[in-house]
Amino acid sequence: MSDRKPGVYLCKGCGIGEAVDVGELEKLPASEFKIGTCKTHDALCSDEGVALIKADIDGGDINQAIIGACSHRVMTDKFSFNGTPVIRANLREQVAWSQPAGEEDTQMLAADQVRMAMAQASKTDAPSSSAVQELVQTVMIVGGGITGLTAALEAAKSGHKALLVERSDKLGGWANKWSKRMPHLPPYRGVEENHVGKLIAEVEAHGDITVMTDTMITKTSGAPGKFEVTMAHGGSDKIEMIGAIVVATGWRPYDASKLTHLGYGASPDIVTGVELEDMLGDGKLMRKSDGQKEAKYIAFIQCAGSRDPDHLPYCSSVCCGVSIKQSLQIKRENPDASCYVIFDELRTPGTAEEFYREAQEAGVIFMKGKVKSVGGDMSVVYEDDLLGQEVPLNGLDMIVLATGMVPNSTNPDTEAAEEEMNKYLISDINPAAGVSVAGYTGDTPDPVKRPEESIPPGGSILNLQYRQGPHIPILADGFSDSHYICFPYETRRTGIYTCGPVRRPMDMAESADDAAGAVLKAIQAIRSAGEGASVHPRTGDLSFPKIGHDICTKCRRCTVECPFGAIDEEEDGKPVINESRCRRCGTCMGACPVRTISFDNYSPSMVGDMIKAIDVPDEFEEKPRIIIFACENDAYPALDMAGINRQQWSAYVRVIPVRCLGSVTMLWVSTALESGFDGIMLMGCKSGDDYQCHFIKGSGIAKERMSKVGATLKSMALEEERVQMEEVSIADSHSVAKVINKFAATIGDMDPNPFKGF
Amino acid sequence: MPQGGPKSQTILVVGGGIAGITAAIEAAETGYDVVLLEKSPSLGGRVTKFNRYFPKLCHPTCGLEINYQRIKKNPRVKLMTMCEVTGIAGAKGDYTVSVKRTPRFVNDKCTACGDCKDVSDTAVANAYNYGLDKVKGAYLPHEHAFPMRYVIAPEAIAAGEGDKLKAACKYGAIEPDQKEETFDLNAGAIIWTTGWKPYDAAKLDTYAYNESPDIINNVEMERLAAHDGPTGGKILRPSDNEPAKKVALIQCAGSRDNNHLAYCSRICCLGSLKHAAYVREQYEDAQVDIYYIDIRAHDKLEAFHAKIKNDPQVHFIKSKPGHIKIGEDGRPLVCGERTIDREIYEEPYDLVVLATGMQPSAVKGYKPEVGVMEDEYGFLVPKANGAADGEGIFSAGVASGPLDVSMSVQSATAAALRAIQAVRGS
Repeated sequence: MSDRKPGVYLCKGCGIGEAVDVGELEKLPASEFKIGTCKTHDALCSDEGVALIKADIDGGDINQAIIGACSHRVMTDKFSFNGTPVIRANLREQVAWSQPAGEEDTQMLAADQVRMAMAQASKTDAPSSSAVQELVQTVMIVGGGITGLTAALEAAKSGHKALLVERSDKLGGWANKWSKRMPHLPPYRGVEENHVGKLIAEVEAHGDITVMTDTMITKTSGAPGKFEVTMAHGGSDKIEMIGAIVVATGWRPYDASKLTHLGYGASPDIVTGVELEDMLGDGKLMRKSDGQKEAKYIAFIQCAGSRDPDHLPYCSSVCCGVSIKQSLQIKRENPDASCYVIFDELRTPGTAEEFYREAQEAGVIFMKGKVKSVGGDMSVVYEDDLLGQEVPLNGLDMIVLATGMVPNSTNPDTEAAEEEMNKYLISDINPAAGVSVAGYTGDTPDPVKRPEESIPPGGSILNLQYRQGPHIPILADGFSDSHYICFPYETRRTGIYTCGPVRRPMDMAESADDAAGAVLKAIQAIRSAGEGASVHPRTGDLSFPKIGHDICTKCRRCTVECPFGAIDEEEDGKPVINESRCRRCGTCMGACPVRTISFDNYSPSMVGDMIKAIDVPDEFEEKPRIIIFACENDAYPALDMAGINRQQWSAYVRVIPVRCLGSVTMLWVSTALESGFDGIMLMGCKSGDDYQCHFIKGSGIAKERMSKVGATLKSMALEEERVQMEEVSIADSHSVAKVINKFAATIGDMDPNPFKGF
Repeated sequence: MPQGGPKSQTILVVGGGIAGITAAIEAAETGYDVVLLEKSPSLGGRVTKFNRYFPKLCHPTCGLEINYQRIKKNPRVKLMTMCEVTGIAGAKGDYTVSVKRTPRFVNDKCTACGDCKDVSDTAVANAYNYGLDKVKGAYLPHEHAFPMRYVIAPEAIAAGEGDKLKAACKYGAIEPDQKEETFDLNAGAIIWTTGWKPYDAAKLDTYAYNESPDIINNVEMERLAAHDGPTGGKILRPSDNEPAKKVALIQCAGSRDNNHLAYCSRICCLGSLKHAAYVREQYEDAQVDIYYIDIRAHDKLEAFHAKIKNDPQVHFIKSKPGHIKIGEDGRPLVCGERTIDREIYEEPYDLVVLATGMQPSAVKGYKPEVGVMEDEYGFLVPKANGAADGEGIFSAGVASGPLDVSMSVQSATAAALRAIQAVRGS
């Protein structure tokens, strides 16, 4: 944009006027940046202050507002002018509230804050969005069980066409086998009727839902709003255009043949919970072995495979409730039947506790202990925790193994793709590492297996034609879950959302809710694609990365490092950004060695100019300068809150907020060193197993890049300690000032950067 | 529904905790106007008072920050704090909602500069820290408050500080004459996300909650461990501010008990595992004893359970303590019988944390009479099978059942979709 007309507005309120000489700051725009409009106000956020800015915009005097006042995190609504770019210089939290008033160093900091904002404005344009043309509104749902059926209905009720794809020859999934379901409505005590038939009928009758059974997805390419999905059905291929995708592929029972230690296979009357469902129709339960004798004496073995490091490390959540349901069904047909449930921890969370109570009252016997042996002669020996001794149960009619849920994050009907593609399958997350905080590691070996070992066998569900492989990333324990507690629908493949037991072990009622949640996110992804806007967490951001193809060396770093698999490659290696898959974190920008990836309002040259705009005193002034690239999601708010608490930190520090540490290019580090900065710090979110980076791996990538910066420093004959990375959390508002001051002290002990003044 | 589609397409969300915030922003980001009502002065509800979440031990403010940024950037969300619903009339597509607003005595000109706080001489219980410490009569709810705006406590007005505070404010933000007001809102659908409160530990009459400051509940433990809590994050005995190194965590304090909360509150086991980590993180020589009936660490949270279980200084004792009494040295004594070996114990602790359960906030106060029904515990549940047909009132989060944070967000996202279906017309 050639006709940028910036105006600078400086606030004197909230202590800014007392901390710094705003009159001096007012001269900067004209003297250093040839910016003619610069106004001050006692309270810029007041109606009059806002009107002052608005009048200049409406009068055509300015088309960019540079506001030197509070942090950009506050007064966002007041300083918002219909799309006019607003650049904020933080003079309050990070100057007036965190520096001593009236000092020379405070004034120098405030001046630099304004300079950086003006430099930023000189490289900021209102983003020109890239909206998907011919937007497709159809939501494709993969998997026709309870979750998928619900999702299809929810999408249709929301005004979208739904395409329901099922690999088997009929809808209903596992629920077809269930005679009854667990209670989900008050009084939470009785078994409820299985509603899957009703759900299927509703789906089949809905005019906006197309059902395709016996269908596999062989290829998925494109992006939200314009996915192209190839399906194999009846020996031929069919191509459909899809707006967004909900994956509801559910689960498979854990392979009971691996449970020989629990007697599986030793007798036809040792069955799994799923097998028992088939036998629990109307009427009495008969023994499987002869079909003649009624089963009256039945033991349920809980956690058959679950919570077992040799099998499934996790709890399958539903098995306790299922065994209770089956016991109650048996007891209802025959009150004289004896049901023994052998458990380690009985897990009926929430109102399911009432169901447990119902079973206890109905005479189901619950026995806490560990199973020692199960014999083909229909005997179980278990170590009873309460009695402290082994207890035999002999002459059982039936032994039921409550096997767990394995997520269908892969397709069991197909072969795994070749290894080259599979390398992107496994995530880098280990939930068991969750307690390694602040020195406490509970210094015993990790009791839980790494998730690599629990990836279910099979091929890809969607067969994504993405540079980063065919799978939706599979996280801990083999589930396609989100790693975020606050954002369970976070996805690393924008426009594709998982729900139901493929995401986490869950029952029918929760799966139905989960389906609705995932459908909402799918609809949002379509809507955002149509507007050219980002989805969570930078929702509504219209900027997107642009690649200068004349400079691009096809090094492929951006395509490899994108946390969301948004960048594909043409055959010759040329990167192609799929805008509606992109989340605008800028990790590609940070990755690009030739700095040819930029956004309209965020670029290597923009931040480079901000660094250069800072006034670096020469070595004789003995005022070192330190630059901090602070993640705007956590580190920067922590600094703001330190300011709110009136904590002070070194006035030699200049903070530049960044979208994510992943967007920090090494160019900025070298620019800063060449500009005479004495120290550089990257301050961002925790990386590793329990990462807290909002862009999955941005901070981890930054850490990796930083590990290589030592060589660069050496080549410049500079100390390695000058450049550091610090992982902080948003709750470090109490300690972040100390972190800065410690670094400032380290830098202060060193000689000045010899590049100063060059 | 009125002919020609709903009269109002606005979605009203009642309660600004994690479920309400989620429902509001998710609906707004799908293109619908939302009014988000919150009874207290700032958003965040229960979770903003948590120190960390299980199992990642990450900070709730991290996700809240993102959500607040989303709200700040989205003009479709209209936030109204210090507001409570007092009545609902009408039907899907056209509800009239009566709202009561409690005075904040501060208007939206407030810049959060803090000048009023500096001149206030009154001290009031700090609601953010469950009254474990005090704040000035003019206060910012906490450092991460959204909206970032001060509140004048009614006590400060009663003490006659109004004029002094008003004079101290350069921005004309203080209005000591504000009165409680009532007004009506129009909405096409309503999502009830009123959340929960900890079960009143004083009702557990054998657990001596009111007899020693060193017997606390689990939400208070969150504040003891938080950097902006009353102890600056050090886990200290409230009685004498000495390090609490021997700690008892009592599960099912009220939950799974027909005399109190018949249901399982789902989160308390995981919460206590987290508390064990807090204590162990601070004190190398700490001892933590967890008294439990069953440890309910569902799905992948089992890994967190396994991890803590592996710590030799954390002991899992299967037993529901019979009573807690105060020993001669003033320390609480936890007394009972171990379920496994039948041994009788009477064990002194520096600190006893009662893992009190979640009780729906809707138990007291107004709750919607249409659209949802209340179960016997006060949870608001759908009338039939989660279907959105018919009525336009929905519930989500702990208002709908004892859920953890992820499940609350999940249910709030689902409720947002169902509210959209109710107002979108066809």
